[in-house]
Amino acid sequence: MWLAGVTIGVAFLMVGLWQDQFADIYRKAAMICLECIGIG
Amino acid sequence: MRKFSPARIRLFVQIIYTIITNGYVYGYLNGRIYKGPLKYACVPGLNCYSCPGAVGSCPMGALQAALNARNLKVPFAVLGFFFVFGSLLGRFVCGWLCPFGLVQDLLYKIPLFKKGKRKQLPGHNVLKYGKYLVLFGLVVVGSAVLFTGFAKIPAFCKFLCPSGTLFGAIPLVSTNEQLQAQTGGLFYWKMGVLFVIIILSVMVYRPFCQYLCPLGAVYGWFNRFSLVQVRWQQEECASCMACQRACPVNLKPEQISVSAECIRCGKCVDACKFGCLSWKKSEK
Repeated sequence: MWLAGVTIGVAFLMVGLWQDQFADIYRKAAMICLECIGIG
Repeated sequence: MRKFSPARIRLFVQIIYTIITNGYVYGYLNGRIYKGPLKYACVPGLNCYSCPGAVGSCPMGALQAALNARNLKVPFAVLGFFFVFGSLLGRFVCGWLCPFGLVQDLLYKIPLFKKGKRKQLPGHNVLKYGKYLVLFGLVVVGSAVLFTGFAKIPAFCKFLCPSGTLFGAIPLVSTNEQLQAQTGGLFYWKMGVLFVIIILSVMVYRPFCQYLCPLGAVYGWFNRFSLVQVRWQQEECASCMACQRACPVNLKPEQISVSAECIRCGKCVDACKFGCLSWKKSEK
């Protein structure tokens, strides 16, 4: 079961990579999140 | 405690992991955040990426960022991280790899309120579902529908996350004058939430993890089949309940490891004198 979960996870990561979602993750993470620090 | 006791090994791993994933010293000194390529990836634990030391992305922050997007898409990349970390580790992440979990562990060791110290809050069997309410109410629905102006907001990060306040807000605001000038009611709300959780953590074991953490809710679902498990050999168990007494979340032997509440701290393994509890990989 754990292997199936990891396989699904890797497949999701590949789809995310294909849809350029890692760039979305980076774009958010590379800015100071004003909401996170109680300002925005 | 023995010099290399399992408890000390776990504490060592927690500290080293926190230092590695929050080791961007330049950020602490200059009120800035790391913007390098490591932030394309999520770390497994709750780790605000606005912490000046954070070198990876927070999976909950990344999930909310995906839900905030105008063209709402299935967040495959973040789900991929959840499935990989969860299927391998389950809530071992909570017990060994979460900086805010470490903070709560250390607070619980403070010898105050000794008579009042308890493993769980009254009403635990109902309150433990609070983390699912936070996950679906704040993280999923809140981030998908709540707006500030024209932009959607990461609702959990904005209104609740104490890790963001402790590791992000306090060090950034204290070293960045521009941010200091912008603090207002929301900042004081978040400081209040953090203060309450800190006080509770001295009296109750990991209250945020047990009752509010949406990431714990996610990883808890994977506990039943993750690779990392604690095995209970029922045929060798003497029902002495030493494991339950040692368990910081009060799990019975049959619940250990498979329950969504188990954070795989390993205290049950250390406490068992009959050797019927051991670390093993999943057979499923």
